Amino acid sequence: MTESLISKSIKRNEDPRLLTGNSTFIDDIEFPGMLHVAIKRSDYAHGVIKSIDTSEAKKIPGVVAIYTAEDLGDYWKAGPLQVPPPTAIPGAIFHARPLECIAKNKIRFSGEPIAVVVAESRYIAEDALDYIYLDVEMLDYVGDLEKAVEPGSALVHEDLGSNLAADVVQEVGNYEKAAAEADVVIKKRIVTTHVAGGAIENRGFVAQWDDNMKILNCWATTQGPIPMRNSIARYLGLMENQIRMINPSIGGGFGPKIMSSQIDDVIIPWIAMKLKKPIKWFEDRRENFLGTTSERDQVHYAEIALKNDGTILGVKDVFYHNTGAYDPYGMTIPLNTQTHVISNYKVPNYYTEIKMVFTNQMVVTPVRGAGRSHGIFVMERLLDAAAKKLGMDPVELRRKNLLPPEAFPFKTGVTGQDFVENILDSGNYPMALEKTVQALEYDKFKKEIQPKLRAEGKHKGIGIIMFTEGTAVGPYEGAKVMVGVTGKVNVVCAYSNQGQGHYTTLAQICASQLGVKVTDINVVIGDTGQFQWGVGAFASRGITLVGTAVHQASLKVREKALELGSKLLNTPKEELELEDGCIRIADLPEKSISLGELAMKANPTRGTVEEGMEPGLEAAAYYGPPHGATGFGCLGMIIDVDAETCKPKIERLVLTDDCGTPINPMIVDGQLHGGLQMGIGESFYEKLVYDEYGQMVTASYMDYLFPQASDMPAKMEIKHSVTPSPLNPLGVKGIGEAGAICVPACFMQALEDALYENDLDIVESSLNPSMLFHYVQKAKSA
Amino acid sequence: MADKMKVKITVNGTLYEREVEPRLLLSDFIRHDLGLTGTHVGCEHGLCGACTVLMNGEAVRSCILFTVMADGADIKTVESLGTMEKMHPIQEAFQEKHALQCGFCTPGFLMTTVEYLGKNPNPTAEEAREAIDGNFCRCTGYENIVEAVQLAAKKMAAHEQ
Ligand code: FES
Ligand code: FES
Repeated sequence: MTESLISKSIKRNEDPRLLTGNSTFIDDIEFPGMLHVAIKRSDYAHGVIKSIDTSEAKKIPGVVAIYTAEDLGDYWKAGPLQVPPPTAIPGAIFHARPLECIAKNKIRFSGEPIAVVVAESRYIAEDALDYIYLDVEMLDYVGDLEKAVEPGSALVHEDLGSNLAADVVQEVGNYEKAAAEADVVIKKRIVTTHVAGGAIENRGFVAQWDDNMKILNCWATTQGPIPMRNSIARYLGLMENQIRMINPSIGGGFGPKIMSSQIDDVIIPWIAMKLKKPIKWFEDRRENFLGTTSERDQVHYAEIALKNDGTILGVKDVFYHNTGAYDPYGMTIPLNTQTHVISNYKVPNYYTEIKMVFTNQMVVTPVRGAGRSHGIFVMERLLDAAAKKLGMDPVELRRKNLLPPEAFPFKTGVTGQDFVENILDSGNYPMALEKTVQALEYDKFKKEIQPKLRAEGKHKGIGIIMFTEGTAVGPYEGAKVMVGVTGKVNVVCAYSNQGQGHYTTLAQICASQLGVKVTDINVVIGDTGQFQWGVGAFASRGITLVGTAVHQASLKVREKALELGSKLLNTPKEELELEDGCIRIADLPEKSISLGELAMKANPTRGTVEEGMEPGLEAAAYYGPPHGATGFGCLGMIIDVDAETCKPKIERLVLTDDCGTPINPMIVDGQLHGGLQMGIGESFYEKLVYDEYGQMVTASYMDYLFPQASDMPAKMEIKHSVTPSPLNPLGVKGIGEAGAICVPACFMQALEDALYENDLDIVESSLNPSMLFHYVQKAKSA
Repeated sequence: MADKMKVKITVNGTLYEREVEPRLLLSDFIRHDLGLTGTHVGCEHGLCGACTVLMNGEAVRSCILFTVMADGADIKTVESLGTMEKMHPIQEAFQEKHALQCGFCTPGFLMTTVEYLGKNPNPTAEEAREAIDGNFCRCTGYENIVEAVQLAAKKMAAHEQ
């Protein structure tokens, strides 16, 4: 038996090179004669461009060229939509306004690129930015989601006649009827906050044109190397295989690095070809805040209808979703919101409407969580309000309404981001709830501990919420497995890795079939010269889709190796085993042939071969699920609040999570840790703020509060349950976003419970001490 | 452009004599002039700590120092620690505790830890957490880093015996 390495916490293959400074990140790439790019960005949020004067900047010694939209001539065109419109949903209205890589005629957000400087050094390129003069006729700033769609608002895209980018209604059952029959209907206006992806490495792009070979080599921090390569091919009129797109090591992604058809991948290759010089651009932090994408800004008008015994009859949620100045990423985020609102509970009647709005803000595309956390936040806030109103214990109310284990697979009736009906593939929600409840000793805390604390004047609150993580959506991913003549194995794919540990987890999957050491498997990710097909890293889909493809390709290679081994060892396949890097006769282990030798034999160099023979111990496989796999869990927190300063301290945090079969439990926990940190950041620290003119006032880490070690609880208590996904052979689900999804809802519940003397009604996903203080004051005067 | 200035800086034991622009950041000097790209740059305004190096034994942020300010100094970067084949105990501890994911912030954490464990060779979890509080990491939630710092302390104590 080949030993399975699935579900083992194996040390990571990639760590030694990352720990010793031996990884190549984008800004580490240098070529002789390389030129450097800096991007001039608009300081204005909304205006008509009257002129851009680059003449003075061009005179600076060392400046090689400056390009504006005008200089691009016919090359300038709006990029393709990266995600198609939601035409699968009947009645959906969607106005496509794909990204304009560099502003032409009009500026639509502060931070929008208006010129590109190429210079001998980055220092000189940045010097030149200060000598580019932009003359703009200012227009009113559009920033308020609700006012933006009122008549008379300034227009981000005049030709549309409105700032409404999309309107999508989905309904299951009949909410109005349910509300009419309900004992209680609760209505709330709930706001989710604008936050940044905040990867510690910013974005970057390097291009090098080989004019003799007519090959364009590109390196990019992209989460989607194949779509980016294809976008470049389309822009430049090249064949796909004339472009080799390589992911260097990437310093975190979290969503915003998925974008293509932006200034960098559109313009830098073009400049490299034009000037026949290698070109590099590495974004700085301010640009990242201003001009990269971000997310989470929604305003919900939500209501829930219940019976007096707590049974949910229906939910209605009409919400505004900020898409920023363009909508290249379609409706992925708000569709995730729509599906996640009702993903934990029995909600027989559901009305949901997205009003997607253009604003003069940076483009909105997924950030870890990507609409899911907003849906969870809305539902859990409604339930908390309902529990108060009904005088029910919040955990009891949830228990009563949870979807039961036998309900799966469960059709929600709502179409999701993958344009198929949302099906929750598997789950056991009560188990997750009870695990967290038990670990936190919820009843004891409520009945014994908390009353004592309160008597002592302390403010410690508890929160418990449920969540799901819709993961692993299609369309597909692929991978190729190849045994080399050394007996070591190559696994190649065109996915993208930003720290998820695929160099190890994909190796574990492959090693489990081929009987080689994990350290003898070389995983190549995101090199289009080695693998030509794939979609990209989003929606926590890597380990499920690429992992399944690796599993299937490994099975094929295993079969091939056994066939060949059987011939060479003159033994039936069934009597052979793959172990320790060789094929051997199970009962006669000294009779063996190494995988390296087999690989040589699988590539005969003289003689003839049988018809239909495919050379090499190599196979590729592709995998696409019919729909996503549902991760889920239950988060509980105990938060101690200083009632005077309104500073919270997370005393305990217990997360029960279920992501199906974990490939590497250590890595799974790491994903949860990082996600929880983002969730905590969103709840109480991070916030992108625009002023009334559309200037971002939080474009540095001085102003944008990044969650630090001291903001985190001393211990994140992670529990697991394993409900394998029925959709793939390994039973895997994604795990990347769970932590980020669940925190804000739980945080606010715990804060309300901590500051129990006043009936706080927290309706925002992000607070800070002064906002919390205001909530208290408001409740006092109510 | 201001006249270039001469500097003599020892980095990881090698003395470099170079002429640099007065405005050249130490981080850029290390990364681009010397090609020691293990030191990373995440914010260039002194907040994230990715660019942390040791200057005369003290952990500093190389992105908010000019190279000329390091004239005569002794600098140590992540490349001064172990190699891929033989890692430093702190690096081993980071791997064993899964204290890195993307690894971009990691060199900064390692150099912070080198300095800190020199001062406090046996930190409690709380102390270790405080020691790394000035370094940002987006991937790990810090918990495993705290544990790695403590494990590194143990490993280093064992090495010294
Ligand atoms: S790069 Fe120096 S502190 Fe962030
Ligand atoms: S490991 Fe990615 S930022 Fe720390």
